[in-house]
Amino acid sequence: MILLSNAIHTEGLTKYYGKARGILDLNLSVEQGEFFGFIGPNGAGKSTTIRTLLGLISPSSGRASVLGLEIHRQREAILRQVGYLPSETAYDSGMRVQELLRLSAALRKADCRQEAEQLCQRLQLDPSQRVDDLSYGNRKKVAIVCALQSKPRLLILDEPTGGLDPLIQHEFFKLLQERKQQGATIFLSSHVLSEIQHNCERAAVIREGRLIACDRVEKLARTNAKQISLRGQVDLQGLEGLRNLRSTEQGCSFLYSGDINALLQRLSGGKIQDLSIAEPDLEEIFLHYYQKEGEAE
Amino acid sequence: MSIVKHELRLGRLSLGIWAGGIGFLLAICVLIFPEMKDQMQTLTEAMSSMGALTTAFGMDRLNYGTLIGYYAIECGNILGLGGALYAALCAVSILSREERERTAEFLLTHPISRQKIVGEKLLAVFLQITALNGLIYLLSLASMAVTGEAIAWKELNLLHLAYYLCQLTLGGICFGLSAFLRKGSVGVGLGLAVLAYALNLIANITESAKFLKYFTPFGWCEGAEILEQGHLDSGKLAVGAAMALLGIGLAFWHYTKKDIHS
Repeated sequence: MILLSNAIHTEGLTKYYGKARGILDLNLSVEQGEFFGFIGPNGAGKSTTIRTLLGLISPSSGRASVLGLEIHRQREAILRQVGYLPSETAYDSGMRVQELLRLSAALRKADCRQEAEQLCQRLQLDPSQRVDDLSYGNRKKVAIVCALQSKPRLLILDEPTGGLDPLIQHEFFKLLQERKQQGATIFLSSHVLSEIQHNCERAAVIREGRLIACDRVEKLARTNAKQISLRGQVDLQGLEGLRNLRSTEQGCSFLYSGDINALLQRLSGGKIQDLSIAEPDLEEIFLHYYQKEGEAE
Repeated sequence: MSIVKHELRLGRLSLGIWAGGIGFLLAICVLIFPEMKDQMQTLTEAMSSMGALTTAFGMDRLNYGTLIGYYAIECGNILGLGGALYAALCAVSILSREERERTAEFLLTHPISRQKIVGEKLLAVFLQITALNGLIYLLSLASMAVTGEAIAWKELNLLHLAYYLCQLTLGGICFGLSAFLRKGSVGVGLGLAVLAYALNLIANITESAKFLKYFTPFGWCEGAEILEQGHLDSGKLAVGAAMALLGIGLAFWHYTKKDIHS
């Protein structure tokens, strides 16, 4: 059943490229008005998911809807309400930025001049430049303006910040937060975990084409594991629930989800100069999810 | 019509170069005709001794002493091959380019149906081929007017119409190929145009290969035949139209359902 309240809804969505795996049995729901993160390393299936939702490729099986519309049959109606920012940007040679923005608006049958001008100003993009002369970062800015200028209900962003300097990245996320305030749904695919952690409410983790976790970002980060960092020497061999051990000359850090008393016993037997016990950040969680033996849930 | 306008804008330089190049060569040939007219008898005799080559180009059946006879040969070589190469290049690139140059993601994520994209791109190919032929026709007429020679309007129009239809046929076939190809499409298009030209030369040389004229659009563009018969061969035109429509139909069928690769 397609849930009309969902901005994105997939059921058993699967895509094979010949015999090669794209995505497998993907069940995903993004609510309207959400800022949703989609996490996974290169080749995990993030772009395949997005390209399927946009109708660029057909699923091998399963179904999906965007804004309550079936991706198969209502592609045009979906795209009318979606702004898409691809991970790699390519434009026809010989065009100026303003011509490209006008073409994009014309294809949407919309007058976006005012919005485009404002966006160019905020992102410090010169619309009179030729697209062939633009740096990677400036090409990305063109893609951002194209995606945002029509004020779409749903923004699908695939690795949006590559090439952008920190100031523009900050402005870009400010823009996204403004759009969210205005009611837009934002689907942010990224492997920059801090972007997800700082901006998204919920996130899904995809690994080798399968969705392995989907929850609120705080909840994903707040597992029963603790991030332990210590300076000094201690014998941790054989301690159950210990993961991601990283040793340095001064000490070590690791994720711990075992019995806290067992840990304290080991620590008391060592020579510790400094100790910190904290909630792990998303980076650590990500590594946890990507350990083959350490499946989520 | 945003895509049509965009394609015409992208293709205007190429169109200008091809139309200017072909038109300039045709005009030069026409402008030197008055000087060469006196030597035509010698030239015709020389040509008649060239055996299969004379037959291949239909030179054994044309009168070089008249502007239209001379023009039919020049037109066949310059406009025939040049126009075919342009039409093939223009049509074979128009859909494949989007995937080859990775611009498909930009175009196909806008709210416009794939049918409309294919339709508008087809119209852009048609308009560019038409513009090429219109410009060349005007340049030819202007150069003929400069020579002061009498213009055989019917024959001239038939020759140009034949080459225009030949280009549209090649364009239709190459448009179909464009929907299937990503890389190497330019080579395939140009190769197809040259192959079609060569097939007609072979069909002219030997009687047993005459059937090949039905498989190449150049089969109905033979200057000698057009001038002799005073009309185009409707049977061959029908086969050509069927080939072009098949190409266009395949383009719509395949492009509207294919996966677009990044």
